Amino acid sequence: MKQQIIISGLGGQGALTVTRLLAEAAATLGLEVITSETHGMAQRGGTVISMVKVGPFRGPLIPAGAADVGLFLAEKNLGVHRAYLASGARVFVNSAAPGDYFRVDAQRLATEMGVPVAANLILLGFAAAKGGLFCEAALLEQVIMEKIPARFRDANLQALRRGVAAAAENTEEAEA
Amino acid sequence: MKTKTLSNFETNRLLLGNEAIGRGLLEAGVSLAASYPGTPASEILSAVVAFAKESGVSLHAEWSVNEKVAYETALANSMAGRRSAVSMKQVGLNVASDPFLRSAYLGVKGGLLVISADDPGPHSSQTEQDSRFFAMFAKVPVLDPASPREAKEMVASAFNLSEKYELPVMLRPTTRVCHARQVVPLMAPEQLARPAHFEKNPRRWAATPQYVRELHWKLNGKIERLAAEPDFYPRLTAGDGSRPGVCLIASGVAFAHTWDLLDGLGLLGKIDFYQVTMPYPLNRDFISRINRTYQKILVLEETYPVIELQLTNGQVQGRRSRAVPDEGELIPEVIRGVLEKFLHLPTTSAAAVPQGEATRPTLCAGCAHRAAFYAIRETFPEGIFPSDIGCYTLGMNLGAVDTCHCMGAGLSQAAGFYHAFAAGGGQIPSIVATIGDSTFFHAGLPALVNAVFHGARIILVILDNSTTAMTGLQPTPEVGVTATGAPGQAVSLPELVRACGVGFLKECDPYQVPEFIAVLKDADQHCRREAGGPAVVIAKHACLLDREARKSQAVYEMCITDCVGCLHCLENFECPALTLDDATGQVTIDGVRCVGCGVCAQVCPTGAIEARLKD
Repeated sequence: MKQQIIISGLGGQGALTVTRLLAEAAATLGLEVITSETHGMAQRGGTVISMVKVGPFRGPLIPAGAADVGLFLAEKNLGVHRAYLASGARVFVNSAAPGDYFRVDAQRLATEMGVPVAANLILLGFAAAKGGLFCEAALLEQVIMEKIPARFRDANLQALRRGVAAAAENTEEAEA
Repeated sequence: MKTKTLSNFETNRLLLGNEAIGRGLLEAGVSLAASYPGTPASEILSAVVAFAKESGVSLHAEWSVNEKVAYETALANSMAGRRSAVSMKQVGLNVASDPFLRSAYLGVKGGLLVISADDPGPHSSQTEQDSRFFAMFAKVPVLDPASPREAKEMVASAFNLSEKYELPVMLRPTTRVCHARQVVPLMAPEQLARPAHFEKNPRRWAATPQYVRELHWKLNGKIERLAAEPDFYPRLTAGDGSRPGVCLIASGVAFAHTWDLLDGLGLLGKIDFYQVTMPYPLNRDFISRINRTYQKILVLEETYPVIELQLTNGQVQGRRSRAVPDEGELIPEVIRGVLEKFLHLPTTSAAAVPQGEATRPTLCAGCAHRAAFYAIRETFPEGIFPSDIGCYTLGMNLGAVDTCHCMGAGLSQAAGFYHAFAAGGGQIPSIVATIGDSTFFHAGLPALVNAVFHGARIILVILDNSTTAMTGLQPTPEVGVTATGAPGQAVSLPELVRACGVGFLKECDPYQVPEFIAVLKDADQHCRREAGGPAVVIAKHACLLDREARKSQAVYEMCITDCVGCLHCLENFECPALTLDDATGQVTIDGVRCVGCGVCAQVCPTGAIEARLKD
């Protein structure tokens, strides 16, 4: 099993949480995993990217053109990070506008839920339910239960489930 | 030596590289860990504290005021026979360089691990200097991990080396190791029964120049023996003989990237491929073996040619031969291009670096630094604004940061600018230096004393948010809480400033924009008075990333009516919660990002923004 995933967003959108949940899920499955994260100045609202490499890799970085999956928390980052995607990669975007990707308006759904910072988990649940990831949404739920601090746990679970539900509602499909 | 046995193996855990290093320190029986926060090293000390609490281990952990102080504190603990660690980002080692270089000569007793985290790229630093080069300069052995797991293993072996040779040992992770995450096996922390014991020996611990030459001779002998340490002979992944005379040598994360690339190209196990775990001193037998066995040698290392120079072989391909770019991070795309050329492989398309425009970082919505910078810029449109290192470097976006050099430099540079203009005899502009509270404690204090003493008529604005915000909210001496959460003696910033002999000191919350502007004008008048001197303004408002601080402040409901579209707020205040509606040409408030600080209502020149207090 090898899967390389990029998570692209803006500082503060929760790319690190998604990265950590995916890595924990891989570890739970007994798979080798290594991630790379953006810390520091860029976390103040700047463009950030995380990488998750599931399988027998040694280095934490995904080369350009090699990512199997792209999770975009900010649609405008497609212009910046699209180069990392392999041809035929599955791309999931937090966006209201249609394009050559699977889309879910995660920001709107999160705001409707009263937890505007949880768009990251909605996008994650959506991608898992679409079958885009190495793991299923049920495993991500389990990881949230085990690893997310109690005060954020419920909101995270609700958001993940909202994303799963959105995947069932949304039958629009496209590939990058 | 510790081994992975059932008795001390606890469990596996997914850890950030820095957490793995912190865990390694605890497992190795460290009794004192000191640090000053800086990306990419900040999480190491927090991890030591968290793991110590979890395991019920008691140790001394501190966020020192700067890296030099951290180094000397850890050094003395080691002189008392106890295992010690000091961690910092690479430019922190510049600050700690004085004790670092001498400690190589004098040596240590209890193991001393110096963790200097490099930032090739750079991503969050003012240089991409190579700490391994610094280790070579100091004659201190350095270990170069390729992954979080390896970094933790190296912590244990570094302590053994440090005690065997009575030398400090450096661990040099890079950003991609510090901020990589991997499953790491955890062992039980070692409990070393080593009560503090200081054996007096002035010839060593207070060595005057007459003893230094002998100490240097001893140090050279240690380095000679280290260069023959069998445990640090580079690790070979042997080729199948299909490419005789060719070898690849790599260290750090460049080794890991190269491994993945060779695997992808089907070349792993086809070419002799060495991993150097101790780049300095490079194993002597390895050097002669390489020079004897191979005709085509490629070295991949970050960021300076440390291994390459020690091979003393003019034929080596690397940074000096320009086979490897002489600057910048060795990301997989770059290494791939180097490998293709070196191994005469078909060329793939040029490295596709990220295209398009990345979003620049900005001060958070509601950040009091923004209000302070806005006021400074409005008050002194012709001013000169030296600044410093921290979140507030982002004041650049508001045109209120003209220089950013190194910790504490903004204040000395402000004084230098004053003397430059004063000596010229012409009009002296208002010179307003900004510095954060943590940076002021770190390196601003001596610069302030110097400015007072030499009569530099400058305004210093201390942006006091009561924390070290950029690196993750580490406490400062002003707060009176130590790294472990235990109470410490709080140090008053105003008292400190007064004690420096400053004749003008006012505190003001920059959220009150008109009041803050009035204080800045008073400060400028003080500077220009006959008996004037430096003026200090403490801009006091807590960082909103601190949950408690955020909860305790008033929240306003913001609303915009009749915006005339002058864009004054967007161009001069740059709050991420204010956005332009392209359709109407008017400014709107992003309800998700707005924290209701109410400051923009004071910024709008037409009064179109209204702030209503929420219950």
